[in-house]
Amino acid sequence: MEAWIRARVTLALTLFALLFFVSRSSPPRQFVISNAERRIDLSSHIINVHLTLKVENTGTRPASEVVLALTPTEVDHLAMVDALAIKGKQKKTTSVRLEVKPTELPDAPPIDAKYFTIYLADPLNSGESTTLEVLYVFMHFLEPFPAEIAQSESQLVFYHDTALILSPYHIKQQTTFIKTPSTKVESFIRVEPTNRVGTEIKYGPYEDCPPYTISPIHVHFENNSPFAVVEELVQEIEISHWGNIQVTEHYTLVHAGARHKGVFSRVDYQSRQFSNGASSFRYLLARLPARVHSVYYRDEIGNISSSHLRTNSLKSELEIEPRYPLFGGWKATFVIGYGLPLQDFLFESSDDKRYLNFTFGCPLIGMVVDKLTIKVVLPEGSTDPSPVVPFPVEHRLEAKYSSLDVIGRTVVVLEKKNFVPMHNSHFQVYYTFNPIFMLAEPLMLASAFFMFFVACVAYIHIDLSIRK
Amino acid sequence: MAAPETSTAAVPTLYTYNTLRNAFGGVLSFFILLLIGVMAFSIRLFSVIKYESVIHEFDPYFNYRVTQFLAKNGIYEFWNWFDDRTWYPLGRVIGGTVYPGLTLTAGTIWWLLNSLNIPLSVETVCVFTAPIFSAFASWATYLLTKEVKGTGAGLTAAALLAMVPSYISRSVAGSYDNEAVAIFALIFTFYLYIKTLNTGSLFYATLNSIAYFYMVCSWGGYTFIINLIPMHVLLCIVTGRFSSRLYIAYAPLVVLGTLLAALVPVVGFNAVMTSEHFASFLVFIIIHVVAFVYYIKGILSPKMFKVAVTLVVSVGLAVCCAVIAVLIALVASSPTKGWSGRSLSLLDPTYASKYIPIIASVSEHQPPTWPSYFMDINVLAFLVPAGIIACFLPLSDASSFVVLYIATSVYFSGVMVRLMLVLAPAACITSGIALSQAFDVFTGSIKFQLTGASSNTEVDAAETSSSTAESQTDAVKTEKPEETAKNRPSRKSKKKEREHGEKPSTKAKAEKKRLLALPLESSVISLLLLVLLGAFYVVHCVWAAAEAYSAPSIVLTSRSHDGLHVFDDFREAYAWLRHNTDVDDKVASWWDYGYQTTAMANRTVIVDNNTWNNTHIATVGTAMSSPERAAWEIFHSLDVKYVLVVFGGLVGYPSDDINKFLWMVRIGGGVFPHIKEPDYLRDGQYRIDSQATPTMLNCLMYKLSYYRFVETDGKGFDRVRQTEIGKKYFKLTHFEEAFTTHHWMVRIYKLKPPKNRIRGKTKKSKSKTSSTTSSPKRSGTKKKNPWQ
Repeated sequence: MEAWIRARVTLALTLFALLFFVSRSSPPRQFVISNAERRIDLSSHIINVHLTLKVENTGTRPASEVVLALTPTEVDHLAMVDALAIKGKQKKTTSVRLEVKPTELPDAPPIDAKYFTIYLADPLNSGESTTLEVLYVFMHFLEPFPAEIAQSESQLVFYHDTALILSPYHIKQQTTFIKTPSTKVESFIRVEPTNRVGTEIKYGPYEDCPPYTISPIHVHFENNSPFAVVEELVQEIEISHWGNIQVTEHYTLVHAGARHKGVFSRVDYQSRQFSNGASSFRYLLARLPARVHSVYYRDEIGNISSSHLRTNSLKSELEIEPRYPLFGGWKATFVIGYGLPLQDFLFESSDDKRYLNFTFGCPLIGMVVDKLTIKVVLPEGSTDPSPVVPFPVEHRLEAKYSSLDVIGRTVVVLEKKNFVPMHNSHFQVYYTFNPIFMLAEPLMLASAFFMFFVACVAYIHIDLSIRK
Repeated sequence: MAAPETSTAAVPTLYTYNTLRNAFGGVLSFFILLLIGVMAFSIRLFSVIKYESVIHEFDPYFNYRVTQFLAKNGIYEFWNWFDDRTWYPLGRVIGGTVYPGLTLTAGTIWWLLNSLNIPLSVETVCVFTAPIFSAFASWATYLLTKEVKGTGAGLTAAALLAMVPSYISRSVAGSYDNEAVAIFALIFTFYLYIKTLNTGSLFYATLNSIAYFYMVCSWGGYTFIINLIPMHVLLCIVTGRFSSRLYIAYAPLVVLGTLLAALVPVVGFNAVMTSEHFASFLVFIIIHVVAFVYYIKGILSPKMFKVAVTLVVSVGLAVCCAVIAVLIALVASSPTKGWSGRSLSLLDPTYASKYIPIIASVSEHQPPTWPSYFMDINVLAFLVPAGIIACFLPLSDASSFVVLYIATSVYFSGVMVRLMLVLAPAACITSGIALSQAFDVFTGSIKFQLTGASSNTEVDAAETSSSTAESQTDAVKTEKPEETAKNRPSRKSKKKEREHGEKPSTKAKAEKKRLLALPLESSVISLLLLVLLGAFYVVHCVWAAAEAYSAPSIVLTSRSHDGLHVFDDFREAYAWLRHNTDVDDKVASWWDYGYQTTAMANRTVIVDNNTWNNTHIATVGTAMSSPERAAWEIFHSLDVKYVLVVFGGLVGYPSDDINKFLWMVRIGGGVFPHIKEPDYLRDGQYRIDSQATPTMLNCLMYKLSYYRFVETDGKGFDRVRQTEIGKKYFKLTHFEEAFTTHHWMVRIYKLKPPKNRIRGKTKKSKSKTSSTTSSPKRSGTKKKNPWQ
């Protein structure tokens, strides 16, 4: 019933929008892509797709919105999309980052697709053309096949795509390059002209593709890169105005590749490292800020003794090893904690506020995070917290009580799903804080002890006996 | 210091001088006690510094898990907790079978801290509970010894107890076991008993019952208290020391204590039903009879009294005989004579090894060796006899208690290594008394000799006038701080003198002192030797705390020429089980690893360290000693999915399952007679090399331990047994290797699913259909399991 109502409303809205847009002539038809080149990098489980589009305005008036189309499955696995406008000729190119937003297209397309609109910095006049570079990052997009492998087998995965770029525009010429991690490719679908050289498969060039043409392909190839995925990362950043920032990170790590099946033999794993457990992984590298101190690495049952910390003045590297090697489907949880000097990360802004400037991201290198939660614990007594994050995140406020708190600390919680290393950037949390609050707890303790001693003195001098 | 000034003042200021002295003494003892507490706490932190803040060994993991549950679910859930993660498929009622003292203590501390917004984890609280309570225990020792022999002895005993290795072994940080709080409770109960005995105050008697209640909550060793105190009461009565104070000290304890003890679910009606408690009731009757007799004696004339005695004795004897006969008949009708196995093995040291292998198999239930006495109580062993003698000079109610305590605990420690722990406080108290008395004598004679040397004639004159003698001795005392600072840096000796100084110096005392006086040189030398002895003790204790007793035993380290090696295999295996098996999978292992598996891996186990069901343990033992197929059937019938064995052959870890295997055979064979120990022994020798018996080489434990072991070095050389293994190449048919840790110390095997049933060879064509029908059937049988 509800669904029916919703469908009706949607229909009404669509009709309305259609009427509205028909009067303006629908924008997508304005452009033609004269040349499209796509490079797909399949070397790890994070898939980077670089799309270079040469867009030409064939319409009659200036337009500034270029629409990209993706299939719904691609959108489900899309971690980020980024667009750059390339200006200048040959070597003197400059690139400008453009705004990309998901949109709905009014006219019903022939196939199911989702859309992103790139807003050009300055509108493209009729007859002009520009070059756009688009980066898609996909995660969890490679499908292990077979889905379960034994210890000695290597991991084979499927990559599904289309040889022709899905686009609402007419594409005059397009080429797709797929780079596989090794030369071991089991099979791939040919859409002539198709050419395979070494680790690269070239589809195209194809000429004059009308909008919404696709040609599904798949590539079945060996990919033994560790499919390390952090299912959940909770990072807690606790600010103490006494000079320290304490960071605690709770990881739930999983090997998201083909599931391990049957026996795990230590003797095989130890004696034949390369042929055995090729897709498994043992080591992880975390890049921590410089001047990090009191680093620990443990899990719920105690310290994990296999880690190395290397520090220098610019950065610190923590090499960690989970308790056991991770095979497909195996999980591990652990906690990394460290302290940082306050002055490196906390600054005062011009309007008398303080702000924390910290990296939004996962210190483990090359790690995909399904759900990243950052909790910034502000000192007790701070007010007006406001986070500034370069990309959209969910955020809310919580309270936390620790070390003799009375009113509790404000916690700014930031949540981001589908996090990839390309997201790594700085974020800020602004807040106001009165330094007098720093003295609250020491004073409280001092007065408590004072009261205790007073009580002792009083007790000694009070005589409560009935008989004298 | 103000002392020299006051000494020059005239006699009237003597009073203020003494109060000042007392005040100084009080403050000094307070600070010394505080420092002793700090020392007791910090000497136990070696394990945290050298290893990490982690729960140790086996039983503490269970206590930790229970505490976690308590912290999470609250006290009412805790009492009703039925744990289905252990003793599958029987389960265990935790609330009714656990001594809750430790758990409740740590849970309360945790709750208190968290309500003050000091966010400590349950683990941290558990790790540091034992050191905190050792500090309490040393203070309790001070109180107890002070009641017996004064402040000096108290401080000495407290300092000794704070670092006695025997107690450290059970209370290092992370050793979160019942004994950690129970020793404090034990000493504190004894202190309150002595205090009541000395004061006759009903207030202390009530406190005593509450302390006893806490002890009952904490540890099964409370039976020691409830037998020792009646023994002491009986001793007092027999030696004619009966007094109303004794009555006050004992009668409320039995009544209130027993009532309170019966409140603890694990004790319940055992508090009145088992033979361990009978002695206290018997003495309870006797003390009343005696009290009654004293009362009658008071109101009757001597002649009438004699008549009454003869009348009562003749009637009473007959009644008593009848009652005792009935009691004996009742007790004798039960197979264990009403005693639990552990208690029986205390009375008869050979009992356990004869009848209950499961008690005998625990290493801490073995009798100790002589070196372990030296290891655990060190020089105290030599000081104890001196202390006992000191207790007889003069013998009081309190000191006779200490003598009785040391005598019984020496016996018990001789039966079980574990009860060395009960001996330790007694040894500390007696040694504290001995040391303190010795210092007393030596410093006293030095003092006497020095005064004699400086003013010999004056001493003679002093005998005539007591006032001059007083000022004389006072003057000597004021000189002494400098003297002692030079000769004896030990604060114990200083303390001793101070305590000594508190006593009013009378003429009689001077008299006595001269009688006890030793030559100056020998006193100084003896003092030095005693200090040396103390120093040796301290060095030994620190060594024991740092090296011998700090290893958490779940993580092992070894030092070799290329640095420190860490063997963290246990946790590797438990973490693997925790994250990579289904949450309801059952893991079978020998019972030693049960607690750790439930706590660290959070998986259901078949048997664990709470060895309450011998048959169940015997079943696992039988499975381990059976050939593969039989073992598979046993495990499959128990719904086991994984089998965990501990194997030290690769790295030379001696306490592995192969070394424990004979106990599995013995315990298994005790219930299932087809397992015979001689089948596993070649000419009475236990071996796993090529001379081993075929039964041994084909049993599951051998196979799971040595599966593909030969591929590591090509020979299959076992570093623990120092031999090549007997059977090198074999395959497993019913088990498959699921996980082996980095150093091979823990190996986990998975039971293969049962094979599809093929209904005769004629119906080969239908094998496909049979396989499809059998799989739902399998899942059907799984569903039948009530725990899923």
